Amino acid sequence: MRIGVPRETRERETRVAATPATVIGLQNLGWTVTVEPGAGARSDFPDEAYVAAGAELGDPWSADVVLAVNTPAPEDLARLQERATLVCRVAPAQHAELVADLAARGITVLATDAVPRISRAQSLDVLSSMANIAGYRAVIEAANRFGRFFTGQVTAAGKVPPAKVLVAGAGVAGLAAIGAASSLGAIVRATDPRPEVAEQVSSLGGEFLTVDVEQERSTDGYARTTSEAYDRRAAEIYSEQAADVDIVITTALIPGRAAPRLLTAADVASMRPGSVVVDMAAGMGGNVEGSVPDEVVVTANGVTIIGDTDLAARLPAQASQLYGTNLVNLLKLLTPQKDGELVLDLDDVVVRGMTVAKDGEVMWPPPPVSVSAAPAAAPAIEESTPVVEPAKPRSPAWRYGGIALGLALLFVATAFAPAELATNLTVFVLAVVIGYYVIGKVHHALHTPLMSVTNAISGVVIVGALLQFGQHGLVVSVLAFIAIVLASINIVGGFAVTRRMLAMFTKGPAA
Amino acid sequence: MSPEAAATAAYIVAALLTVMSLAGLSKHETARNGVVYGIAGMTVALVATVVLAAGSLEAGAVALLVAGFVIGGGIGLWRARVVEMTGMPELIALLHSFVGLAAVLVGWNGYLEVEAVGAAQTTVAPELLGIHSVEVGVGVFIGAVTFTGSIVAYGKLSGRMKSRPLTLPGKNALNLGALVAFAALTVAFVVAPSLGVMIAITAVALALGWHLVASIGGGDMPVVVSMLNSYSGWAAAASGFLLDNTLLIVTGALVGSSGAYLSYVMCQAMNRSFISVIAGGFGVESGTAAAVEGEHREVGADEVAEMLREASSVVITPGYGMAVAQAQYPVADLTRKLRDKGVEVRFGIHPVAGRLPGHMNVLLAEAKVPYDIVLEMDEINDDLASTSVVLVIGANDTVNPAAMEDPGSPIAGMPVLRVWEAKNVVVFKRSMAVGYAGVQNPLFFRENTSMIFGDAKNRVEDILAAL
Repeated sequence: MRIGVPRETRERETRVAATPATVIGLQNLGWTVTVEPGAGARSDFPDEAYVAAGAELGDPWSADVVLAVNTPAPEDLARLQERATLVCRVAPAQHAELVADLAARGITVLATDAVPRISRAQSLDVLSSMANIAGYRAVIEAANRFGRFFTGQVTAAGKVPPAKVLVAGAGVAGLAAIGAASSLGAIVRATDPRPEVAEQVSSLGGEFLTVDVEQERSTDGYARTTSEAYDRRAAEIYSEQAADVDIVITTALIPGRAAPRLLTAADVASMRPGSVVVDMAAGMGGNVEGSVPDEVVVTANGVTIIGDTDLAARLPAQASQLYGTNLVNLLKLLTPQKDGELVLDLDDVVVRGMTVAKDGEVMWPPPPVSVSAAPAAAPAIEESTPVVEPAKPRSPAWRYGGIALGLALLFVATAFAPAELATNLTVFVLAVVIGYYVIGKVHHALHTPLMSVTNAISGVVIVGALLQFGQHGLVVSVLAFIAIVLASINIVGGFAVTRRMLAMFTKGPAA
Repeated sequence: MSPEAAATAAYIVAALLTVMSLAGLSKHETARNGVVYGIAGMTVALVATVVLAAGSLEAGAVALLVAGFVIGGGIGLWRARVVEMTGMPELIALLHSFVGLAAVLVGWNGYLEVEAVGAAQTTVAPELLGIHSVEVGVGVFIGAVTFTGSIVAYGKLSGRMKSRPLTLPGKNALNLGALVAFAALTVAFVVAPSLGVMIAITAVALALGWHLVASIGGGDMPVVVSMLNSYSGWAAAASGFLLDNTLLIVTGALVGSSGAYLSYVMCQAMNRSFISVIAGGFGVESGTAAAVEGEHREVGADEVAEMLREASSVVITPGYGMAVAQAQYPVADLTRKLRDKGVEVRFGIHPVAGRLPGHMNVLLAEAKVPYDIVLEMDEINDDLASTSVVLVIGANDTVNPAAMEDPGSPIAGMPVLRVWEAKNVVVFKRSMAVGYAGVQNPLFFRENTSMIFGDAKNRVEDILAAL
């Protein structure tokens, strides 16, 4: 079957949904590819490069599957074939009518911006790959407008303090911005309603500002709307920070809603002249009061507010390559036989999540997919597909009940036992506890030596045999003798083999 | 100072040395000291016991005791010297069976000394007789379960028995029934001790040990060996109760609880319930796994060598196949060669790779791979995506993406090494057969996976030659 790649017509759009490199990837999956002439021109991919990669030039709208970056214009949509498949960014929550129209025409629509946030789907998550680019570009735009160095220096001409950057929202875009700004040498601080991202922030060289208010944990990997108490405390933090930092980059977006207001006009007014604010959410209502989509505004007190919404598209070659690769990964999932035949497996949560229209029906919204990015969760849960239910931890009541019951049983057993047994039980119980704690932190590589040593130690049963030997007649002595031989094999063998193993563990030269 | 007081004092010293030994063994830096403490503790215990026993024995009998120890020790030393590092799991399983059998013998002796003699016996005060009988029963039971369980584990590990789990109808009922029968028989034994009941207890326990391990699949053997290790400790502790010997109780309990904890840690690593492993039955309750089909791509040693030459980082994930093929030496050579070329080489070890906890570490250490480049699964998993080449040598289930992607798979939810995220994956395998868990591996059919068939050792040597 055939894939069509149109030229993007939206204003300021420089990207294209397939590059010559990804065209090869698509062909390897059994597809033929038709590219609209001039489709890659603004991303520096000339038509010849597509032809050299094996694509034909022609009308993309007659293809079975159309890959696009943005939702095509209405006149282009009208040219789609009946039963065609359209893969592009849809924002289905905001464009219910459009989705309903396409569904009514029998067109299958896969929204590249509706990929569920699970580990397996990362390779086709367009939002992540574009946000990564946009976050980087936001820092570059800010640096371009900022009249100072990012890094601090001590020079013959005086000391230069490092720039202070505040990044609001530590999603993919925020993290990319944190990384870019800190590698330019700035002091970077970051905020996010999800406390579990603190680690990620510090791994990129940023300092995480905690809003010390209880907050509900995210279960789908995206930020949620925040509580009132939280918002109040967060607003205070933003006000404090605005007066202190030189650059603010805001990335706060909540899927399907207007962007939250983070910086008020008063906050912006408190910033030093020459400061720069990049509002990456300007297109969705803006995190910063006074930002205008696709415009650069300079306030009365000399603060520049950048409201560009096309940050990712300003790195067109890079953005097209990543977007195109995301789509190749998607099509790998959709053409399992690599024969160019589209297979929509709606039991697959990834495919189900992206499919917003199929067979005349609107499929949005998909059933919820839950992932946990919480740091406390065990890795097993974090990595597993969401269909696998993690085992329920026992309730505290259950656990304490169990402990109490065990202790009570022990008490009864000891209380009614004769004195000798009671002493033995005491020793026994204490030894059990010691055994548990003493190896609590054993290094994984030492499991085998530990086991062979404990094996040797359990040969101590020889003591029993030694004491029985020669006491009560021939049979007892013979049995005891056999036990002595067996146990001593164990003792000597166990220790010898452990020594042999440990002698082999060596630490290498510093790697 | 009476001999008894001296022995008690010596036992306390020995018990302390045992604790220090276990503590030492949990870190690389102190591991060797740990062994020394263990040997010292055991020596103190043995000398004290022999001196204590010698008080009531003739010189000839003492000589016989020492001779028994020398014979056993000689055999042990010999086996420890000649065992291949790859044969370590079998050896340890076999050694466990000796402890089990010794505990059974000690238990029987307890019966022969006391209950069999009847009212004429003088060893145990009459009011404690019931407790003594219980102790005999429990001691023999745990010992016998350990004994046959270890024998079966040994058979499975050494390939003398089929590794496939034995699935008798109603196996859980059988296990439970054996426990109930044991409890009933013990009560009968306390009421009226007789040779018949004693034999019955032993037989039930032997059968239970056999069935318990026979119905556990080969993939769970690391847990089983560690569990049997724990049992052998409990067996020693039971003997301690029987003989009223503090040292036996302490050391037995130490070994028992540390072994149980180790098994538990391993079960967590496999995302398996401890109970279900012990009760046996891998995949019995799981759904049907998605059938995996596709084409795999085969490559030769030259191509792999080419891939490695151009790699900036290489991760090797070994499994039991490396142990079987004795490939650790050529793998270590390969590692050295690549490191000399400036390629970053690391090892990713799955917690249950091999047939024994830490099995791979022992083999790699034998081949002198520095232990600081041998990393745990969790340490390396996030780096795999930025790795140029992953060499999967004789591992299968531990690198199976089905564990994460196919909820119907019997190994669903088990943490695995995410090797498929790397740029290239080379899988060394004897054939396209399934792994120990009997699960097909979709990794082999991935785009970025190439297969190299044949004996892992020969193929790694071929690659070395090509480099």
